Amino acid sequence: MSAAPQKAKAGAEKIEVTVSAVVPLNPLVTRFEFTRRDGQPFPPFSAGAHTVVEMRDGERTRLNPYSLMSDPGDNSIYAISVRRDDQGRGGSLFLHNKVKVGDPMTITFPVNLFPLDLRGRKHVFLAGGIGITPFLAMIAHLERMGGAWELHYSCRSRELGTYVDELTYKHPNKVHVYFDDQDQAIGLEDLLDGQPLGTHVYVCGPKGMIDWVHATAAAHGWPDENVHSEEFLAPQPGKPFEVRLCKSDITIQVGEHESLLEAMERCGVDAPFLCRGGACGQCETDVVDSDGDFVHRDHWLDDDEHASGKKIMPCVSRFVGKTLVLDR
Amino acid sequence: MSKFQFPPSIASRPVYGTLEPRPGKAHLMIADAEGAEALLDLAARDAALFATAHIIFIPKGTGETYVERLRALGPAQFYVGPSYAASVQRIRRVLSDAHMGLQVYLAGTEGLMGQAQNEAMQAGIPHGAIQTEHRGSVARRMQCVHCKGITEDVTTDPFVCSHCGLNLFVRDHYSRRLAAFQGVCIDAEDPGNVPEPVELYK
Repeated sequence: MSAAPQKAKAGAEKIEVTVSAVVPLNPLVTRFEFTRRDGQPFPPFSAGAHTVVEMRDGERTRLNPYSLMSDPGDNSIYAISVRRDDQGRGGSLFLHNKVKVGDPMTITFPVNLFPLDLRGRKHVFLAGGIGITPFLAMIAHLERMGGAWELHYSCRSRELGTYVDELTYKHPNKVHVYFDDQDQAIGLEDLLDGQPLGTHVYVCGPKGMIDWVHATAAAHGWPDENVHSEEFLAPQPGKPFEVRLCKSDITIQVGEHESLLEAMERCGVDAPFLCRGGACGQCETDVVDSDGDFVHRDHWLDDDEHASGKKIMPCVSRFVGKTLVLDR
Repeated sequence: MSKFQFPPSIASRPVYGTLEPRPGKAHLMIADAEGAEALLDLAARDAALFATAHIIFIPKGTGETYVERLRALGPAQFYVGPSYAASVQRIRRVLSDAHMGLQVYLAGTEGLMGQAQNEAMQAGIPHGAIQTEHRGSVARRMQCVHCKGITEDVTTDPFVCSHCGLNLFVRDHYSRRLAAFQGVCIDAEDPGNVPEPVELYK
C-alpha cells in the first residue's frame, strides 16, 4: 500500500495563478503562461510533468491535464501549449476563446507520468503534432545536463508545425521534422536500428502512433522498459447511465457529455483523481455489483481486470446496462 | 538432471526463468557448465536464432561434454573460455560494440549469471530484459560483509571466508551490484560456537 499521507481533498494540491501571457503560435495552437498570485516561486517540476487546469465555464467546472512545456529550470512561470479541438468537449475551446491575460485561474501541482529515464545513455523523442509539448521541457532539461538526445517530429504542415522554427534554429543537428503534406514520414525502423545500447525512446502523439512505436520497437528486440509513451484520453460522450455509490449512499445520473468522475464530483463526492486521462491509476474504483457492459477506455487496468468486471476507471470509462454499484 | 527448483525466499533473492527465443537484431548467450543444456533447449525451440548469436561458454568442470554440440548450433561467433575472469574482457567488448535490439541470454550457475547480468546492466540493458535460466550447481558466489572479500562456489552453510577466515552464515540477501549473496559472521557473540556445516539445499 502507498505510504503517502492521506490528503484532505482528491487531486494534487492547487496553485492560484494569473494568466501572464496568451501567445497564439499558429491557427490551432496557443501558449498560455501563468505566474503565481502569491509571488512565490513555482514548485520545481521534472520534465514530462503535467498540470491539471481548472476552468470555470459558467455552471460547469472543467479539469483538463496539459503537459508543462516551459523550462523546468525556470520557476518563475509555468507554460502550457494548447491545441484547439473544435470537436472536443470544450476545454480547449474555453481556453482559446475565453481566457485573457490577467485572468485568475487555478492549476494543480505538477504530476509526472512521463518522466525521462535518466539512466538512459541517449534519449530519442518521437512527437506527433501537439505531442511535442512534454519534449520541450525534456529538451531544456537535457540541454542543461549535457544529455544525448534527438527529436523526430511529425506534423501536418509547416504552418501547423508548433515550435518547429524555434527548435530547428536552436538545435539544427538534433531536430528532424517531417511534414505530412509533403509526404514525409518518420522512418522508424531505420531510426531504431543501430541506436547505442541504453537508448530510450519516448513517444507522445495520437494513439495510432504510440501503438506503432511500441509494436515496432518490440519487434526489433527493444525492452519494454526502454519505450515510454504518454497519451491523455479525453472522456468520450456516451449514453447516460445510473450509478449507485454505496459508500456515499447516493444514486447519481451520468449525463451524455460528462464522465463518471465528473458526475461524482458534481454530486459532491470527493473521488480521488490525478490525471483525469486514464493513465495514472489514481481513480481506480471497485465495482460492487453490475448488470451490463463496461466500456473500458483507460490505459491503467490490464485486459484481465477489464474482463473481470470488478474495477473501473471513472475518469474515462463508462457503463451500459441496468445496474452499476461502486464502492465509493 | 541439471534443473533445480529453488524454494521461495525473500524478495532480494534472484529468481530465474526459462530461456525463450525473442526477436532481436543480435543475440548474446553466456553460459557456464550445464548452462549449455539451456542453450541446446533454446536451439530446439528456435534454431534460426543462432545465425546472429554470439556464444560465450565457460565449461568449468564439464570439459568437452558440451563444446561440440554448442558449436554444431552454428552460432555466428563461438568462444570457449577457461574461466569467467578470462572471459569478462570479451563480454565487455561485445557489449560496448552492441546496439539496441541485442538480446542477452544467461544460463548456468548463479555466480556466472549474476556477474554477466551486472555487465549487461552497466552497458545500459534493464535487468528485467535480461533472460536467465539456472542450470547445474547451486553453489553461490558469496561476499563476506566484514572483509568484503568474495568467495566463489560456496556449497555449504556456514562456510569459512576465503579472505579473512571468519565463519559465515549464508544469507539469501543478494546484491545485484556485487552479483553476490551476503555472508555474515555466525559466531560473533560466542566465538567458536559454529554449527556443523550442511550442504546447501540438502
